[in-house]
Formats: sequence, C-alpha cells, structure tokens
Amino acid sequence: MTVPLTLLGLLEREPSHGYELKRDYDMFFGRGKPLSYGQVYGTLSRLARDGKAIAGPAEHGEGPERRRYVITEQGVAEVEKWLAEPIPPEPHLQSELFAKVVLALMLDRPATRYLDAQRGAHLQRMHELTALKEDGNVIDILLADYGLHHLEADLLWIDHTAARLDTLAEAVRQ
Amino acid sequence: MSADSGLAVAAPPGTIIEARDLVKSFGQTPALRGATIAANRGEILAVMGPSGSGKSTLLHCLAGILTPDQGEVWFSGQRLDTMREDPRSDLRRDRFGFVFQFGQLVPELTAEENVALPLLLSGTRRGPALAEARPWFGRLGLDGLERRRTGELSGGQAQRVALARSLVTRPEVLFADEPTGSLDSMSGELVMRLLRAAVREQGTTVILVTHQARTAAYADREVMVRDGQVSSLTGARP
Repeated sequence: MTVPLTLLGLLEREPSHGYELKRDYDMFFGRGKPLSYGQVYGTLSRLARDGKAIAGPAEHGEGPERRRYVITEQGVAEVEKWLAEPIPPEPHLQSELFAKVVLALMLDRPATRYLDAQRGAHLQRMHELTALKEDGNVIDILLADYGLHHLEADLLWIDHTAARLDTLAEAVRQ
Repeated sequence: MSADSGLAVAAPPGTIIEARDLVKSFGQTPALRGATIAANRGEILAVMGPSGSGKSTLLHCLAGILTPDQGEVWFSGQRLDTMREDPRSDLRRDRFGFVFQFGQLVPELTAEENVALPLLLSGTRRGPALAEARPWFGRLGLDGLERRRTGELSGGQAQRVALARSLVTRPEVLFADEPTGSLDSMSGELVMRLLRAAVREQGTTVILVTHQARTAAYADREVMVRDGQVSSLTGARP
C-alpha cells in the first residue's frame, strides 16, 4: 500500500488540509491501521518538496496552524500513471488495488479499465505459471499451483469488485 | 465484392472465424450489443465474462446455432449468418466440434459408441467408426473404459469421453462452453491439458467459454465479454 500516492489521489479531489486527508484515508483505506499525523504531514511536505503538491499559506485561527494543500499538474500526472498501471501480479495485492479502485471512482476515472488492465496482468502471470507446470517437476508444479490459486482468488475479487462498481461509487462519492 | 475478397480485405491474416458487430436480443433483453471477435487458425481463444454477459450467446452465434439480429459471422471465407439452415447444419456437423459443461453423453451407449457417434451420424459404418474412436481412449487417459456405460464413469472421465467425441471428426473449430465447469480443479486441469495437447496436434482452433481463470490460462489469449461487447485482456485484438 503506497501512502504518498494514496494521499496525492485524495488531494486530487479538492484542495485539502492534512487532517481531512487523514480522516478520509483512515475511513477508506486505514481499516484498523490509521495514519499518524506525523506520517501525514511528513508525506505532504515531501510531496510539496518534489513539486507534486503546493502548500498554501498558513491559516491562523483557533487551534494549531493549518495549511491547505493543492495538487500540481505533476502530481495529477503521477496519480494518473499509478492508477493506470497494473500492480505486479503477486498474490495479496488487494489493499493497493482497492485503493486504486476507490480513488478512480472518487476522481471519475475509468475504474473498469484499470481493473481490466489488472486482469490482463494476472492472466498473463497465470499463463506463465501454467506453462511452468507443463515442463516442471512436482516441486515446480506445487509452487506454481500455489501462485495460481492465489491469483485466481484475486481475480474473483476483481470480478466481484467490477460487478459492484456502481454501488461502490455511490458509497465513496458521498 | 465476392465473399472471399471481402474477408481477405477485412480480416487479419490467419483468421479462421470471426464475428463483426453482432447484435442479438432475446425479446426485450439485449444479449450482444456490437460484439466483435476473431480467432486465428490453431489458436485457443478464451472468452471470459460474468454470468449474463453474453458470452454463451456469442459462442452460439459464432457456431451458427443462433442467428444474430445484426452483424456478420464469417468462417473460413464463408458467411455463416446468412447461410441457409441445411448447409449451415452440414458445416456444423463436418467442420465444428462441441463440448459443453455437462458431457451430454448418451446413457444407453458405451463410452466408445459415444465417441464414435458423430461418425456414425455422418454415415461412417460401425466398424470403421469404432476403429476411429478407440485411439482416443489412450490419448485421453481412458484406457480400459471403452465398454463402460456412461453412468459408470466419473465426472472427469465422462468429460474426457465428451472431449474425444467432439474431436473424433477432426473439426477445424472446437466450441467449448464451460468444459471444466462441473469438475473439481484437478480433473478440470487434466481435461484442459489433454484438450490443449489434442488440438495442438490436430491444428484445431478452440473457442473456449469459461468463467474460470485457471481454465482460461490454458488458452493462448483471452477476451472479456461485458454487457454484450468484447474487449481484449491479453494479446492484441478481440
């Protein structure tokens, strides 16, 4: 799970304060592992340093000083590239892929196309493992089987997610 | 423009069967909405997609079982969707093979008679038909089961008999609709390994409809049917 890209994705929706990003990250992606404020502000200042976001002027009010962050064009391009690129088809990719799907829906990007790209990458890996079984010994076969079963489980999850995109979109765009 | 030159212009080299912009509805329910697909000679093409996506309808249109409302189906330079029923049915019998999720063997016949059935139905005499059927038992790991009734076969064995029956006429295109759908994963894998070896040997093209990724992984290429349209998943073209 890549925290900087996920925060950058959340930032693409609208300029946001760090605490808003933390709140939304924890709600959609944290699932029992909330981000610390240190992580959020550390990440935001690195994103600003690298030209992917800009920190607005300090806003004085009650409580601690606040800054609103705005994504830059470079930041948007980075999010776009990340969303469109399939994750290397290793088992257990669920959390990163889930983050991509949710962000794609929030940002009105083609989630179906991203899921298809991931399906293609998974199937390609399954071809390789299946071919390995043709010529392999029993150890190769069992190891390939392990990979195949997990990739297949991921694909089932992708199918179910694809079937529920409309419902998910409603939930994340509220 | 003749049928042959029409195909030669539009289809990529090596295409044996293709559908262009198929539209098909059942009453008010659309099943295909502009589906385009092409398979190369000797290729195993997996057609994936959720239930109700139109993948079986697409297979039935390609096989000349259903006629699309719009669009064209071409097989080896011949237009299939506008062909009269008699020649179309001859073509299906002589040049296509079919295997389904449940083997649909004839329970009154032995395993070898089931395999020989397509030959018997197209006029081959019993002796030569059975002689043609028998080598398939060795090829598909079914030695010794030739005289069994279908009720005495396991699900995996029955499906391999059905596969032998679909290949005994050496079809140019094999249409396989969820051929491993009713099998456990080990039996399904065996069926797919044997299917692939057999069609490679014969140069048969396979249109493999499946919702199982492990089955599709035996194909050369996959396409996805969604809402009645086809998109590529692996490889270059639908």
